Amino acid sequence: MNNQPPKDSLAARILAGDVRAAGRLMRWVDDNLPEAEQELAALYPHTGNAYFIGITGNPGAGKSTLVDVLITRLRAQNLRVGCIAIDPTSPFSGGAILGDRVRMQQHALDRGVFIRSVATRGNLGGIARSTPAMVQILDAMGFDIVIIETIGVGQGEVDIVRLADTNVVVAVPGLGDDIQAEKAGLMEIANIFAVNKGDLPGANRVVRELRTMLNLHDRAPDKTAWRPPILKLTASQDEGVDKLLAAIFEHRAWLEEHGEHLGRERARAEQFVRLIVAEKLNARIETAVKSPEWQDTIQTLLDRTSTPHDIAATLLNDILGQ
Amino acid sequence: MTENTPQTRTYRVLIGKPGLDGHDRGAKVIARALRDAGFEVIYSGLHQTPEMLVQTALQEDVDCIGLSILSGAHNTLMPEVVRLLAEEQADDIFVFGGGIIPQEDIIELQQAGVRAIFTPGTPTTDVVAYLQTECAKRYA
Repeated sequence: MNNQPPKDSLAARILAGDVRAAGRLMRWVDDNLPEAEQELAALYPHTGNAYFIGITGNPGAGKSTLVDVLITRLRAQNLRVGCIAIDPTSPFSGGAILGDRVRMQQHALDRGVFIRSVATRGNLGGIARSTPAMVQILDAMGFDIVIIETIGVGQGEVDIVRLADTNVVVAVPGLGDDIQAEKAGLMEIANIFAVNKGDLPGANRVVRELRTMLNLHDRAPDKTAWRPPILKLTASQDEGVDKLLAAIFEHRAWLEEHGEHLGRERARAEQFVRLIVAEKLNARIETAVKSPEWQDTIQTLLDRTSTPHDIAATLLNDILGQ
Repeated sequence: MTENTPQTRTYRVLIGKPGLDGHDRGAKVIARALRDAGFEVIYSGLHQTPEMLVQTALQEDVDCIGLSILSGAHNTLMPEVVRLLAEEQADDIFVFGGGIIPQEDIIELQQAGVRAIFTPGTPTTDVVAYLQTECAKRYA
């Protein structure tokens, strides 16, 4: 795989650090252009060096503000930082207002920072369909750290867990009692809890509730297991973010010490493939159901002369035979 | 990335507030109208420099930049964005503007490369229709 991408291709320009080329390829990926495939293929051998940090939490928890301060801190350590900031697409119009960047514009002129705003375009799970490819572009471009800020999520949108090395769940006071913390989903994916808006009343209670929850769920008596730290901070005042960054690096060190980083990398690589396969299969399904015969097939279901499982088996045969 | 997937482009617009004024109602109204028309709108927030907006436009790969200025500094700020885009070989990204801008300035701004100016009272539907046409030309 030592083939260099053709000169002047987007991939070659991206490897040379061309911001516009990277922005453009991200667009191709988002717009699902077939040309994106070979550019991504040319970049793939150059990936595998970046560290991925996921930032997730409820809407309004202060994720963008936190990311802004994290970028500043990482830049102070001379690390180059890429950021994918995801916001939801309107289900009604297909449009989106992407406003995460508003909090991060102090980095706009820093060549060591690349921020991309992304809309979910209907994808569930808290990230966009294009997010895995976009982080690979930033990785290939030489960014040391890639931060992925999910949309504001609640309890089930946890696709970030398969993408990031360290998952930070941002919690805030005032969103519910301790039963909320007991629910599955978001709480289970945290490698680190950041209780933001620590200057608000109730912040200490959130810390306590999270601690109780972790103690109850301590399913690993194993002393070497990673125990998610719970850190109180106030990102808007830049208070406590240094501790969060230290915890992120501790988690990274722990992953490496226990060989877990390889497992994460493996899972991530596998996920890239699964997503591509799922997408191609979906496209074939969409095509198949547009055929005129499909309506007749559905009619047999309505007439109860066939079953959903029968039809599904036939459809699977058809699309896999292509 | 797949065979048979219909290829539709989603237009991306950067709405920027360069300069010192804090009057962002117009920018937000336009952002909202464009979102409702299916655009992806990146909003810059207040107090941006032309340099910041141009770097943002490159990272975000937008089709156009809309500049909302109510400070009176449009004659300086708008042409500067156009100039910086050209400097980055990104003058295919077109610039339009909105704000309280006198008629005689509009002509000058257009000569300086600002594609269109929308003054107060313009129906948002006019702005949306204009941008849809102009963006479509980029992919024709």
